[in-house]
Amino acid sequence: MLVKQISVFVENKFGRLAEIISILGNNNIDISALSIADTTDFGILRLIVNDPNLAEKVLKDNGLAVKSTEVIAVAVEDKPGGLARVLNILKDANISIEYMYAFIGKSESGALVIIRVDQPNEAINVLKNSGIEIIKASDVYRL
Amino acid sequence: MIWNTEAETMSRKDIKALQLAKLRETVSRVYHCVPFYRKRFDEAGIIPDDIKTLEDLQKIPFTVKDDLRDNYPYGLFGVPMKDIVRIHASSGTTGKPTVVGYTKNDIEMWSECVARLITMAGGTAEDIAQISFGYGLFTGAFGLHYGMEKVGAAVIPMSAGNTEKQLMIMQDFKPTILISTPSYALYMSEVAQELGIKKEALSLRIGMFGAEGHTEEMRKELEKRWGIVATENYGLSEVTGPGVAGECTYHTGMHINEDYFIVEIIDPETGEVLPDGETGEVVITPIQKEGIPLLRYRTKDISRIDTEKCECGRTTARLHKIQGRTDDMLIIKGVNVFPSQVESVLLGMEQISPQYQLVVSKKGFTDDLEVKVELQDIELLENFSELEALRKKIHHKLQTVLGLDAKVSLVGPKSIERTSGKAKRVLDLRNL
Repeated sequence: MLVKQISVFVENKFGRLAEIISILGNNNIDISALSIADTTDFGILRLIVNDPNLAEKVLKDNGLAVKSTEVIAVAVEDKPGGLARVLNILKDANISIEYMYAFIGKSESGALVIIRVDQPNEAINVLKNSGIEIIKASDVYRL
Repeated sequence: MIWNTEAETMSRKDIKALQLAKLRETVSRVYHCVPFYRKRFDEAGIIPDDIKTLEDLQKIPFTVKDDLRDNYPYGLFGVPMKDIVRIHASSGTTGKPTVVGYTKNDIEMWSECVARLITMAGGTAEDIAQISFGYGLFTGAFGLHYGMEKVGAAVIPMSAGNTEKQLMIMQDFKPTILISTPSYALYMSEVAQELGIKKEALSLRIGMFGAEGHTEEMRKELEKRWGIVATENYGLSEVTGPGVAGECTYHTGMHINEDYFIVEIIDPETGEVLPDGETGEVVITPIQKEGIPLLRYRTKDISRIDTEKCECGRTTARLHKIQGRTDDMLIIKGVNVFPSQVESVLLGMEQISPQYQLVVSKKGFTDDLEVKVELQDIELLENFSELEALRKKIHHKLQTVLGLDAKVSLVGPKSIERTSGKAKRVLDLRNL
C-alpha cells in the first residue's frame, strides 16, 4: 500500500531545480506529484514518479543527495470537508503528520493527497476502517 | 626507534654549540659566495665575524620570497652550476616560481632529514610506501622518496592524481605507508568508500601527511577513515623541502632537525624574535645547505616552539602544528579568521562531509563570509526541521569560535572541488 517517494536536496542556486527536473525528463520519468520545502539557502524536493527506483538511481548518478521514503496516497472526497475528515481520523488515532501535499491530477475516486506520517501501517488501517480509499502504489505510479 | 641517536638526543647545550659552529660557517660562506648577501651585510653594516653567538643571528636581515623572485632563477645559489645536481621550484601560484638548487651533499642531507621523520612516524625497512605527492618541480615527492630509500623501505612512486588507480595499487601492492597531502588523502578515502573498498582490506598502517597544514581534527578523521597512525611533517622548498620537522607518534609537535635548521619565531609585524612558546611567524636558517643557503627565511607560517623533552626520548625542539599562514589569515569585518579555525569546528560533525569552502565577498562596504559545507547524511532529507537545525548549529558554533556572523550554506554531496594536491579552501572575491 505504501508509495515510494523520492526526496532530493536542492541547493539554492540559479537553474538548479530545472537541472534536476530535466534529468528526470531525459530519462523518461513521469512526475505525478511534487512538493518543495525551502528556506533561502536550500530546499527539499519531494517527488512521486512512475519509476521511483530509476529516478533514485539517475539522480544519485548525477551526484545529488537522494533518499526514498514510504508515504501514503489517499483519495479524498473532492468537496468541502473532504480532507478535514481524513486528517481528523489520523488525529483521533494519535498519528502525527510529518508533511503532506496534493497530487497534480485527480483520480476517479476524488482528489489525491500524499501524506507522510510517523506510523504508516497504523494510518492505513484506521483510514481504511473509516471507509477512506488508499491508492495502491502500482496505481499511483501509473497516474 | 630513533634514526640518528647522536643527532636527535644531544643535550640542549651541545645542540646550541653545534648550531653556532654551523651557522658561523654558513654565514661566512654565504658572505663570500653570494653577492646578494654581501650587499645585504654591507648595507646592514655587519661582517660575518659579528656573528659570535646564536643571538647574533638577529643582526642579519630577513630573506623573503620576493628576494628569490628578484634573483630568479639562480641568483641566490651558493655554488657554481657545476656543483648543482638538482633544481626544484615552488608551485608559483603568483608570478614566477621560486627556484632552488641542490648539491650532492644537499641531497644526502635531505635524505637523512626525511629518514629521521619516517623513523619517528614508525616506518622501517619492512615498509612499502605509496608516494601520492606529485613528482616534478615540487619537492614533496622526491624528499619522501629519498628518505624512504635511505630507511630501506620499498617505494611506489605513484605521484598524485588518477585516484582509482591509486586505490587499485593500494589494494594490489599492499603499501603500509601512505604519503600525500591531507586533503588528497581525504578525497581518496571518499572515492574508496564509493568503490566499496574497506580499510580492513588494505595494509596501510601509517600516513605521513604534509605540504599543507591541517588541524588535529583532520588528523583524527584521516586516522579513522584509513585505520592508520597519521603524522604531520613540515618543510618548504626554499629551505630544502620536507624534512625540516616531523611528528613522532606522541603527537607533541614536530621535532625539528636542529643540526640542519635554526628555527626562530618572530612577531610578523615588528620582526622581533619571540621567546619559546609564543606564537608568531616561523623563520628558518638552514645551516648546512650549499646549493641555496638562505639566511633567516620568512616562511609566513604561523606556529610556536616547545623545547620540553619529548617522551619519545628526542631532545630536539618541536614546532607546534602550523596554525595558518600570515597570508591565508583573512581579515573579515576586522576579525582575524584562519581557515583552520573553521576546519576545527566542522570536522567531527557526522551529518556533513569533511570538505568545506570559505567564500569571502563584499556586500556594499561590508565583508561577508559564507561557509559552504556538504550535506552527507541523507536521512536528514526526511526531516526539514532537522536539516535547518543542523545549519543553525554550525552557524552557532562558527560564531562562538570566530566571533563572527558567517552565513552557512549547505550544499550537495561532492559539490566542493577536490584536488590531488594542496586544497583551495578559501575563495576571496573581495579584490576582484
